[in-house]
Amino acid sequence: MTMALIETVNIGQKYAGQYILKDVNLNINRGEVFALIGPTGAGKTTLLRLLDLLEVPASGSVYFDGMDVTDNKSLRLQARRRMSFVLQKPVVFNMSVYNNVACGLRWRREKEATIRQRVSRALELADMAEYINRNARTLSGGETQRVAIARALAVAPEVLFLDEPTANLDPISTSKIEEVLAHIIGDQKTTVVMATHNMSQGQRLADRIGVIMNGEILQTGSPGDIFSTPQKKEVAEFVGVDNILSGVIVNRDNELVTIDIGGNLIQAISDYPIGEEVHALIRPEDITLAPRKDASSARNTFEGRIARIFPVGALVRVEVACGFPLLAVVTKRSAEDLSLAVNKRVYATFKATAVHIIKRWN
Amino acid sequence: MTELWEGLVTAVKLIISLDPEVMEIAGRSLAISATSSTIAALICLPLGAVIHSNKFPGKRTLINIVQTLFSLPTVAVGLFVFVLFSRAGPIGGLDIMFTPVAMVIGQVILISPIMLGLTISALSGVDKAIADTAISLGASGLQTAVITLREARFAVLAGLIMGFGRAISEVGLSLMVGGNIAGFTRTITTAISLETSKGDLELALALGIILIVIALVINLVLNRVQQR
Ligand SMILES: Nc1ncnc2c1ncn2[C@@H]1O[C@H](COP(=O)(O)OP(=O)(O)OP(=O)(O)O)[C@@H](O)[C@H]1O
Ligand SMILES: [Mg+2]
Repeated sequence: MTMALIETVNIGQKYAGQYILKDVNLNINRGEVFALIGPTGAGKTTLLRLLDLLEVPASGSVYFDGMDVTDNKSLRLQARRRMSFVLQKPVVFNMSVYNNVACGLRWRREKEATIRQRVSRALELADMAEYINRNARTLSGGETQRVAIARALAVAPEVLFLDEPTANLDPISTSKIEEVLAHIIGDQKTTVVMATHNMSQGQRLADRIGVIMNGEILQTGSPGDIFSTPQKKEVAEFVGVDNILSGVIVNRDNELVTIDIGGNLIQAISDYPIGEEVHALIRPEDITLAPRKDASSARNTFEGRIARIFPVGALVRVEVACGFPLLAVVTKRSAEDLSLAVNKRVYATFKATAVHIIKRWN
Repeated sequence: MTELWEGLVTAVKLIISLDPEVMEIAGRSLAISATSSTIAALICLPLGAVIHSNKFPGKRTLINIVQTLFSLPTVAVGLFVFVLFSRAGPIGGLDIMFTPVAMVIGQVILISPIMLGLTISALSGVDKAIADTAISLGASGLQTAVITLREARFAVLAGLIMGFGRAISEVGLSLMVGGNIAGFTRTITTAISLETSKGDLELALALGIILIVIALVINLVLNRVQQR
């Protein structure tokens, strides 16, 4: 087995005597784009700081390219010089943009000619070339972010850490920065580790996602896996599975199971045995609404009344009360075609294969 | 009253005519205080960076003590240096009592707490993210200290100027360990305090005016620096 570029073994971190990161075992592979997603306060920044060797873990070990860099000072500096980090709230030094971007190279004692060439290339990549002589302290938030990215790129890192690279930016700056990142990811052979609380950004940019909550990595996998088959209720909630129904498996016919959700029976595909307490996860976009019952092959059809309707962008979210609340998403167009309105009677339908079953953990 | 007025007129004439004695004394004052400020700065900048960037037990207490020493009485330092270097003292053999060297040593002791304390507080005014950024970009411990000092440069410079101001304006210490020897250890402040009592009011007034001008210049520079 080839060794991962960065590997953590049971690392934990505590502040003021309290563990805020527990037993994290994570492998970052050379060349991949890994996104750490999780809600605010989950420990994303703390984990990135441990991986970038800005902090020494309270417990566990960190390996970089096969070296144990947990607490050896000179090895840590050596390893750190092969990485760079764009902080969540980037700061610039009180000097010109050029000198800011040159800092990392000067500290590595590169030649002035090399520095000049690498700085201008990094600034071009970040679309900041025209600001080269400005004092960096006079830049706007989005410009500061891009200088910080250029500064991190200039040292040609093997691993680039990005902590919420687009948080607090408007949509245009966000897409500009995502463009820059997509370029780096596509163009260079840099390993990228980013933290974000934006699931869709993770999906757009990452090869692999790790979901972190309360200082623990709950699940790692491809964006598709995380999105379609979350393994825990918390992950499901976080990735936008709005229908999480608790029930018990009451019948089984090969792999087709029947689940009792407080008196309502739904059918799904699962390996769990009869009697197992489970969550049934149904994505709102997998539910169709119709004015009358039709004879589709879908096994689950429930009659109910519309409890709430609210528009979200070009879509409409519809909450149907059918013995249990079911959230569906339809386009504005079909909401009009169906003339959906509060209190109107509808039939909500979803396939047995659209239901993802996970064991209840508590 | 007329005596004072005539004294003032003569004093101004002494300054305008660049009287050799006045110039020599003023020049010596500046040289001694500049030397002690430079030495103190060379000690306090690195020491301040080390104290700032390391965690150790008693750090808070140490900083408190340093701040208390800001108002160290000049005569106390004078007494200390006197005891240390006088013939009977532990290193009396060096024979530096009543020389500019003793004065410089005394002034370094006097102003180091100010420079050290203000350097540390200047550094703690720098965003913690500056050091993190430097470290993440591959800076060593020394390189991180240098960039942090650079970020705090105006506040650090203000601290150094404060130290120089204290050195050039103190009198008790210079008198005790320098001895106001004409042409050797006589400085603006020691000359004023001793010549006044001897009745040489013109010289004292001229030197007093120069000292006030120096203090004014220091304040102007300090204001400019602190406004950055
Ligand atoms: N230096 C510190 N001292 C005390 N507590 C801290 C410190 N740094 C972080 N914490 C706490 O640790 C937890 C994790 O913080 P962290 O910054 O890693 O979260 P995060 O996932 O990056 O959150 P966000 O999305 O808001 O940036 C939080 O509860 C935070 O308050
Ligand atoms: Mg964070």
